[in-house]
Parts: sequence; structure tokens; C-alpha cells
Amino acid sequence: MKVKAVASGEVVSVKLLIPHPMETGRRKDLGGNLVPAHFIKEVTASHKGDDVFHAEFGPGVSRDPFLSFEFEGGKVGDTLTISWIDNKGEREKSDFPIISI
Amino acid sequence: MGISRRQFIRFLGGAIVSFPVVSLLPERLLAKWNAGAFGAASMEDAVREKYGSLPIEDSSAIELTAPLVAEDGLFVPVSVASTIQGITSISFFSEKNFSPLVASFDLLPRMRPNISLRIKVAETGKVVVIAKAGERLYRASRMVVVSVGGCG
Repeated sequence: MKVKAVASGEVVSVKLLIPHPMETGRRKDLGGNLVPAHFIKEVTASHKGDDVFHAEFGPGVSRDPFLSFEFEGGKVGDTLTISWIDNKGEREKSDFPIISI
Repeated sequence: MGISRRQFIRFLGGAIVSFPVVSLLPERLLAKWNAGAFGAASMEDAVREKYGSLPIEDSSAIELTAPLVAEDGLFVPVSVASTIQGITSISFFSEKNFSPLVASFDLLPRMRPNISLRIKVAETGKVVVIAKAGERLYRASRMVVVSVGGCG
């Protein structure tokens, strides 16, 4: 995933892009077969052991989810940990530095 | 023929090895997803599954940004910002989608009510945001005209 976390004062703006098919389970492929549902269900961000963001997704979120959010109390040089899990149990968890503008 | 003794012992070994791994997974991440709300087929049901039967009022203090016309229903950028104090949850709905609840956000104490994302909008219809603050629900809606549908 790609993450850009920018601190401005005490507020951190996070932009996040997760490559993922986000299949609803109702789309048919070229052969007419249903493509099984495959979508991210939860995304969490934590800063210094404290959860600062939690989202639940359904299959209605677009392919390669792109989202942005803001939280308070972070500063340049801190680490932001972002994790997600999908309906097949696939998951990813990575650390990202909070940078200045 | 049934399973051999060797296969059984191997299976047992696998189970013993995998047990601590499974039990260490962050349960919090697995348990929270609201299957009832995401599985609801109508907006009313999705809202009820998510928030119960709290009173809902339309609010101009919720600023929902969505395009008037979406060329591609598979990628519709939406965002929300609000000045309402004490919001604990924000959810995005697309009324005409197969599953109207699209995404739901917990407004944790350090998070600001300022979110954007891209959603699928199946056909021309309302995109709705509901925010929960205290025991009340606040709503903002936008009609989005979809040129090419995105089944969601």
C-alpha cells in the first residue's frame, strides 16, 4: 500500500491507497462465471499504540481503495502503523513515517 | 480407505502448530465487521442494523461532497466534513446499491470528522452520509447521476 502522512502542527493528514480488487461477488468474468467476493473489510491506523482510525468496508468501496483522514496529536518523525484485512483473511500491516509538508 | 495413522499424526501436528498462530491474530480486527448492516438490502434496514432506531434529522452541519454527475459509477469520489461536536461514527450509503452500506468509520477520540474515499454507485440515486453524535443521527444526501453504472 501507499501512504502519505503529513503533519501540520498537531494535525496529521493521511492519504492511503491500497491495491486490492474489491470484488463484490456478483461480477461475471468474460466466460460468464461469477468472480468470487474479495474485498477489504477493515482498515486500522495506530500511532504510539493508540488506534486513531478504524474503518469497516463493504464491497461498495471502489477497487484500489483510496481514502484520506485526519487525526490529532502526531508529529513529524513519528511512526504511523496501518493494517487491513480482507474477507479471505489476507492482511497487510506496515509502518510509515509522518513527514512535514 | 480412511486416513492412515501417519496422515492423522501429521494433521494433529498441523493443528497444534496452527492453534497458537490463529489465537494470536488480532481478534479485534476480525470481530467488529457489521455483517448485518453490510448485508442489508435496503437503506432503511442498513441504517437500522448499524445504528438501531435512533431519531434521524437532516443537517446542514454535515458537508457531503459528491459529483452531480459521475461518468464512471465504479469510481465516485465522496467526502464528508462536519462541525457537529461529539461524532462517534460516520457511514456512507448509496441508496441504489445491492448493499447500500458502503463504508463505516469509527470516529476515535483523536480522529477528525473529515474523510474522503471513492465508492461504487450502481445507478442514479442518492448518496447519503449519516453521522452519530450522542443518541442522535444526522444526515446529508446528494443525488448523483451515473452515466455508466458501477455495481456495488
